[in-house]
Amino acid sequence: MNIVVLLKQVPDTETKIRIGGDGKTIDTSDIKWIMNPYDEYAVEAALRLQESAGAKVTILSMGPERVVESIRTALAMGADQGVLVNDPGTEGSDALGKAKVLAAVLKNLEFDLVCCGHRAVDDDENQVGIMVAELLGIPHLGLAISVELGDGKIRIVRPIEGARVTLEGTLPALVTFGGAHAVWNPRYASLPGIMKAKKKPLETKTIADLGLSPDEVGMQAAKVKITAMELPAERQAGRVLEGETSDKAKELVRLLHEEAKVI
Amino acid sequence: MAEGVCVITEFREGSFRRISFEIASEGRRLADELGEPLVALALGESIGDLATDLGNYGVEKVYVLDAPSLKDYRAETYVPVAAEILSNLDPKVILIAASVDGKDFSARLAARLGAGLATDCTQLKVEGGSLKAKRPMYAGKAFAWYEWSDGSWPQMASCRPNVMDCLAPDTSKKAEVEKAKVEVAEGNQTQVVNIEKDAGGKLDLTEADIIVSGGRGMKGPENFAMLEELAKLIGAAVGASRSAVDSGWRPHADQVGQTGKVVTPNLYIACGISGAIQHLAGMSSSKYIVAVNKDPEAPIFSKVDYGVVEDLFKFLPVFIEEVKTLKSTC
Repeated sequence: MNIVVLLKQVPDTETKIRIGGDGKTIDTSDIKWIMNPYDEYAVEAALRLQESAGAKVTILSMGPERVVESIRTALAMGADQGVLVNDPGTEGSDALGKAKVLAAVLKNLEFDLVCCGHRAVDDDENQVGIMVAELLGIPHLGLAISVELGDGKIRIVRPIEGARVTLEGTLPALVTFGGAHAVWNPRYASLPGIMKAKKKPLETKTIADLGLSPDEVGMQAAKVKITAMELPAERQAGRVLEGETSDKAKELVRLLHEEAKVI
Repeated sequence: MAEGVCVITEFREGSFRRISFEIASEGRRLADELGEPLVALALGESIGDLATDLGNYGVEKVYVLDAPSLKDYRAETYVPVAAEILSNLDPKVILIAASVDGKDFSARLAARLGAGLATDCTQLKVEGGSLKAKRPMYAGKAFAWYEWSDGSWPQMASCRPNVMDCLAPDTSKKAEVEKAKVEVAEGNQTQVVNIEKDAGGKLDLTEADIIVSGGRGMKGPENFAMLEELAKLIGAAVGASRSAVDSGWRPHADQVGQTGKVVTPNLYIACGISGAIQHLAGMSSSKYIVAVNKDPEAPIFSKVDYGVVEDLFKFLPVFIEEVKTLKSTC
């Protein structure tokens, strides 16, 4: 069995975001880059299947050289090999453009299951993974908080508003992962794992290697693009209530009822 | 030639979900600005005459896809039939809900249609006959304006629940209904094996008007009973910080923050939450924010409208009594 995990490198969630000089990207100086947390859950889920079903796990990512570090982290956790599409021609791709690149790699790989986070915590687009499934013509099962394999079938639990849906699909399929750190508790890379990861195969590819023409991806192919970014309006410093406990409680009820009119 | 605005509604268990009326209202506004008609797509089972009610929010015509196989949302049954109708309709703009299913549906549909999609938008406008969309990134630490390339139709956007203004329904207006033919070939598609409803018809955080949230300062799972009590009094959902979830005190679905739910209620009451950057990102778009924390230096106080610097175990019981008094008098 072959599993491919799609991985994105994103700014650490404790990063304070600043807008860059061009006004439409973020300032990436002093950013600590991490594996997208939801992709990390996907890696963990894939590694559990690697252990239970004897699967081979490949990590697939796109982006600049710095992304190698996140791929190596996944290899140190236990994945078997990595592929990075590193080509400046992919810059400015919209979600569909990114999905085209990843799908082009997958078309030349053997896979039964593709795993990825349901969204990356930078752009928060919720698009790329599902678009990859559409381009490959395979089903996707979204937002898994648990996953089970058996008899060529895959079963996930998907939380929706007010309910949990159990879905069952046929392999090959793509699963996007949701939940939280507490659901998946992704393993840490062990020291021997880190040593081994250095020797695991990691292939770098360009757009040309994938048989894609430059006008199919990147800025020129993008149907949507970001033209400006802004920071949220700073909230005005609020009022700290004074007095005895009962005064504060009374005052808060009054403010919420009369001023804010929310209770 | 692309024409009109089309909203894709969300129908579940015999009724349209509220977000459907929000996007219909937003669609009406955009259609008026574009000088174009507004139509809707309704997929589900046993929709019946309910589709005409979309007219209350300004929809002129509804294409209804009604079939047992469309009872529950599945990408594999929804996407092909929706894509076929939309290809024929050729709308300029498609609006869809940024609900759990809407996010799933829209991504696959956009890929099928080859459309540019902006997800989870909080503001839409028309400029020069084209859509511009504002959407949060980094869970709301920043906002980006999206534009579509020239001639790239349809322009597709999903709208965050609870954000777009919903028109007051005009019950005198009914939408024309056209039943579209649905041929859903049942094969080896993904099946819904089971749907387990959350106990007590819990409000989802992303759709709640009020959220009462607890963090590490709650000291243990048993103390959330206090927040549940308060929530019940004021019609709120209960949320939690990542550390409360990581400690196993609360289910993961309650986690608010960059790796959890991003929420925009009218009122967010943070109890015993210090305010890590990733938590603040997930809730600072709330209209009103209250924090109860004994540490006056807690970062959460920089975001609040009303702050209470006090031990929450002392404050909350008194506050709950005051809320009860209010509720008994009005």
